[in-house]
Amino acid sequence: MNEAQTLHLDHALPARGAKIGMWLFLFTELLLFGGMFLLYAVYRFQFAEDFHNAATDLNIFMGTINTIILLTSSLTMALSIVAFEKGNKNVTLIFLGVTILCGLLFMVNKYFEWTAKFHHGIYPGSELLEARAHGENLFYGLYFVMTGLHGLHVIVGMIVLLVLFTFIMKNPYEKVFLRSHSLAHIFGSRLSIIGDNAKKLWESDVINENFKEIRIQLFYKNNLKDKMHERDLIKLENGGLYWHLVDIIWIFLFPLFYLIT
Amino acid sequence: MEKNTLHKLPSYSLYIFIWLALLMCTGLTVAVAGINLRNLAIVVALFIATVKTILVVLYFMHLKYEDHSFKIMFSFALCTLAVILTLTFSDIIFR
Repeated sequence: MNEAQTLHLDHALPARGAKIGMWLFLFTELLLFGGMFLLYAVYRFQFAEDFHNAATDLNIFMGTINTIILLTSSLTMALSIVAFEKGNKNVTLIFLGVTILCGLLFMVNKYFEWTAKFHHGIYPGSELLEARAHGENLFYGLYFVMTGLHGLHVIVGMIVLLVLFTFIMKNPYEKVFLRSHSLAHIFGSRLSIIGDNAKKLWESDVINENFKEIRIQLFYKNNLKDKMHERDLIKLENGGLYWHLVDIIWIFLFPLFYLIT
Repeated sequence: MEKNTLHKLPSYSLYIFIWLALLMCTGLTVAVAGINLRNLAIVVALFIATVKTILVVLYFMHLKYEDHSFKIMFSFALCTLAVILTLTFSDIIFR
């Protein structure tokens, strides 16, 4: 009855599989934006002159500033992962925070850029654009769709990083699961915690067929505030991969839209 | 318990060096855009963007430090994209 037994535990998120999954997702993103770049290439080939003229209305200075901001955010993202691996929680959080702030700054710039365009009557379907050459209209159509979709990705990236920030900031805890396949053969038994001198500190109810899952959670005490949990590393790495992809897309958007005058 | 696939990762200073290289590339591409290169301009711009992407993928995204399966997966995705882009684009040009 009091026989001790080693149970098979389900561990959350094997790191390698999680990373492969993230890369596969990034490939679908690559194809999504790849299709748009293809559309851009075709229209630019057909309306080379119009694309040149239309691009003169874009603000190269703003575009360059935004490029620098995104590159810097990519740097701080990578640095935050290094800090995590060195086990330095505060530095990790500071770099991650700077990354999110850079994303915010990028979006603020984008906001001013777009509202300035709207102010000058340049927006999808505006009379001014309809009146201009067909290629210029197409250029701005692509501009708004592609930078808009990219901006959406920046916002999603910021949310992901913000969630990671709270994950890492929280006091770490351990969690293990016992699910049905390993539960079946302990029906009728109890879980207990054994302290020093084989003294029983705590005992559970009898585990029966109604149990679908048992979760054991261990909270660290408060003086371990600077501790981080290893399982958060792969989350941070995957969040970083997404953020860098967003950076790469901008690396191509910037010269193709701003620098073709 | 499965250990995280932790390879030897680069230090802070390497990343800062890569970042400086990326900023220089950005400066270069803006400067080159000011010169009238006609049809060559797009080639130069795309070349610099590709160099920047390689730096980001290899170092910031750690691809350089991953094992072969990641590199094979990445090349496969890239080849797929390249095939789609070239075939469709050449169809438009030579139609």
